[in-house]
Amino acid sequence: MMGRTIFIDPGRCIGCQACVSACRECDSHRGKSMIHLDYTDEGQSVASLPTVCMHCEDPVAPCAEVCPADAILVTADGVVQQADTTRCIGCANCVNACPFGVPKIDLQAKLQMKCNLCYDRTAYGLAPMCATVCPTGALFYGTVEELQAERPGVQVADTFVFGESEVRTGVAMVVPADKVQWPVPGGLPVVEINGKDVRR
Amino acid sequence: MTADPRAADPRAADTRAVVPLDPSLAPPGTRAFRDAGGIPADQWHADQNGETLVPTHCCFCGVQCGMYLRVDRGGKVFGVEPRNHDINRMRLCPKGINAYQQVNHPDRLTAPLMRRSRDEDFREVSWDEALDFTVAEIKRIQQTHGNDAFGLLGGASLFSEKTYLVGKFARVALKSRHVDYNGRLCMVSAAGANKLAFGIDRAGNPFSDILLTDCLLIAGSNVGECFPVMTQYVWGARDRGASLIVIDPRETAIARTADIHVALKPGTDSAFFNAVLNVVIEEGLTDETYLAAHATGWAEVKAKAAEYPPSRSAEICGVPAEQIVQVARTFARAPKAMAWHARGIEHHSQGVENCLTVINLCAATGHIGKPGAGYGTITGQGNGQGGREHGQKSDLLPGGRSIVNEEHRRQICEIWGIEESELPPAGTSMMEMVWQMQRREIRGLIGICNNPFVSLPNYKVVKEGYDATEFHAQFDFFLSETAANAHVVFPVTTWAEDEGVMANAEARVVKHNKAQDPPPGVRTDTWVMCELAKRLGAGDKFAFTDSREVFDELRIASAGTVNDYYGITYERLEETGGIAWPCPSTDHPGTPRLFEDGRTYHPDGKIHMQVVEWHPPMDPYDDEHPMSLTTGRTVAHFLSGNQTRRLGALVEQTPRPWAEIHPSHGFRNGEPVRVVTRRGSEVFPALVTEAIRPDTVFIPYHWPVPTSANALTIDALDPRSKIPEYKVCACRIEHAEKIDEVPAPPVAPGHVAYPETQVSRTDPLPPTSPQGRGTSERS
Repeated sequence: MMGRTIFIDPGRCIGCQACVSACRECDSHRGKSMIHLDYTDEGQSVASLPTVCMHCEDPVAPCAEVCPADAILVTADGVVQQADTTRCIGCANCVNACPFGVPKIDLQAKLQMKCNLCYDRTAYGLAPMCATVCPTGALFYGTVEELQAERPGVQVADTFVFGESEVRTGVAMVVPADKVQWPVPGGLPVVEINGKDVRR
Repeated sequence: MTADPRAADPRAADTRAVVPLDPSLAPPGTRAFRDAGGIPADQWHADQNGETLVPTHCCFCGVQCGMYLRVDRGGKVFGVEPRNHDINRMRLCPKGINAYQQVNHPDRLTAPLMRRSRDEDFREVSWDEALDFTVAEIKRIQQTHGNDAFGLLGGASLFSEKTYLVGKFARVALKSRHVDYNGRLCMVSAAGANKLAFGIDRAGNPFSDILLTDCLLIAGSNVGECFPVMTQYVWGARDRGASLIVIDPRETAIARTADIHVALKPGTDSAFFNAVLNVVIEEGLTDETYLAAHATGWAEVKAKAAEYPPSRSAEICGVPAEQIVQVARTFARAPKAMAWHARGIEHHSQGVENCLTVINLCAATGHIGKPGAGYGTITGQGNGQGGREHGQKSDLLPGGRSIVNEEHRRQICEIWGIEESELPPAGTSMMEMVWQMQRREIRGLIGICNNPFVSLPNYKVVKEGYDATEFHAQFDFFLSETAANAHVVFPVTTWAEDEGVMANAEARVVKHNKAQDPPPGVRTDTWVMCELAKRLGAGDKFAFTDSREVFDELRIASAGTVNDYYGITYERLEETGGIAWPCPSTDHPGTPRLFEDGRTYHPDGKIHMQVVEWHPPMDPYDDEHPMSLTTGRTVAHFLSGNQTRRLGALVEQTPRPWAEIHPSHGFRNGEPVRVVTRRGSEVFPALVTEAIRPDTVFIPYHWPVPTSANALTIDALDPRSKIPEYKVCACRIEHAEKIDEVPAPPVAPGHVAYPETQVSRTDPLPPTSPQGRGTSERS
């Protein structure tokens, strides 16, 4: 977990998409939103959660790890930047590698785009646009101490497990205080590959 | 710290921590890299482009979030920047974020449109021609049929100065009794109930009190979608361990995690609250000392509540009796409890009574006028609160004075410089005016900032009423569905092109500032009304050049009344970020919380509790129409949609309406479903979800026919507040062949509809449907 980072609290999300609209207004990729707003239990409940880039630290982000052009650079403070336009070849390796499904490819420009934690704002101590406007605090920007001061007893997780792999992230997720398990299951376990049952 | 010469940036006040930068952290090429060592956080992007930030507020709902509009070197608004204002603390909802896109939108009207009959097409004309034609028609109609044959309909999204002018224009220039406003469709039920119970018409507590409460009851309000920024207060209360009770037929975003979600049948609110009061009394949880000292009518209310045991109301409301008991205990036992409500309980033929039952509950438990305890109503429109305080309502004069009170009439005539005999009597409400248009009693109409073709119930009647008028003019900045039916359309300013005040849901008066000059050919509503008044021969009473002059007269007109604005000045508003009325003098801090001294605004200082009897909704259920239809809003759109249905991001978020139904009816998601009421029928894609009662259908109402919920709703009115019964009417659902297509918004001749609004409206619901209410089909 970075020092000042985003905390995602799905329990507070109301699905209003203010973050999606705000992301479009951000000057670094104006007009395009990099946030995915997902509904976790459609038809049963209105529960929703925003997914921003998790800025993985594992030891380097999977997207950066697989980039054949070394276009995805990570800053010293742990922010995984959008692919450098002078290097990106639009191959979509990062899209396939990301366990959270974050990066997007602009097919026309043959370039990758993703959240870079509003680096033009956070470099100056401002919060990213999405966490600034989020009406409910489902996206919170700050340190874990600031979060706990505002919401007593809150528990966060920054380690997620996908099948065999564990991913540590720079962005953290609020987890129910009574259900803290480490690591947090980050997705469904892989059960079959090419029709073959791979469960042990 | 290198000081920046452009430090006049207004965000200086919003500076959070200044983080000294380590050059190694900044990407090469950024200014951060160049200026390593840090510059104040608020100057990060008022970059070399000469951009300025204008502090103002959102134009939409009653929360009135602060925001900055970004203005480029050419003086044009081109973006939005969050603002650390008391109300919203940097937060905004999607409507607020995209609001700035209205200002320089290609669909803006930039020249008056005119036609002599509805068979012709509009042509762009000069201002003089449009004004002269309008005045000639007003004179012709009034000379033939009397002054009252010409009506005026205002709006609650106008600044308070303009609402004051609407009332004054109708009574002094038009000399007609027929003036009303679209807040009549919004919260007049709460207004009526507040007046009856407290003698003052506003919420009792500020939003910040929600953070102090131990139990928050929200009735008939989809806070998460209609007032998203208020959710931060609701969640803040929950962080402190407050219990949350939500009363709503749908499981909304705030109901999802509530301690108690009462999914009652639409139209049964007063039966529910009477039963809650019954339990409170039975279990001895009333605050008798408070009641004895501060309330009248308690004995009668108590006797009436005895007739509503939980078992009886449970049957009426279709909820378990245990839930009623649970709500009563939770609310009454909390050391501090608050009740907030919105249109869900007000849009009824018993809207005033529903609000009164909530007030009775707060009074009986002593939860009134304390930090964290009280009663509030959430205004739907930006100036829903201020819009009815300054004489725009058919029965009120400025300062909330009554038009039938002789003393009040005398005071206003003195301020306006007219004879008391010249001041018309009370008029009728918005829906009644439409009926009068149908009957040809009102033959001419000016509409300002409203869109009844989408927002009034029973569209057929509305269309007939408007078609029957001999002359109809609209003020608007987009060609609304109503304006497209007019003879004359005046292109007026958006909220970002003029200054003025609005009062939000907490009765906090905030000032909107001018961010850019209006496009060429566009005038302010103030200018148009004054020009018309001049041509009608009342120019001396309308010698206003800007909002500030109107506001000064408004202050004087409200001085000494309950709605006292006298102490509020533009300068004070700019310094403080908002003052809650009553504010009688320029050194008075305002009144954020009412009744702190235990006194209400009635002469005896007490809460006048009122007896409420539940009665069924006006549209009876039968075998043909067994289900309830209820309507409401969705987060991406605002009221009649005229301001939001043209903004690409919002259209993309919610391109079309839907009919929300329970899986028990056997419909598949996205399948065409015909909703039939006694007024008509329309086809929507079904949104199948377990988050709604099986006997209820929900349709959002922001779209015009043939996809308009208001083509189906009933024009039954509350006898006291005259609010239409939007929230419940009898309906049935049937299988249908084809989904009705959403029509593109109208545009002026010679304009091409803005491409961004050409989102396909015929597609079935997008894969992620609004609010994740998608499908309950488990794969």
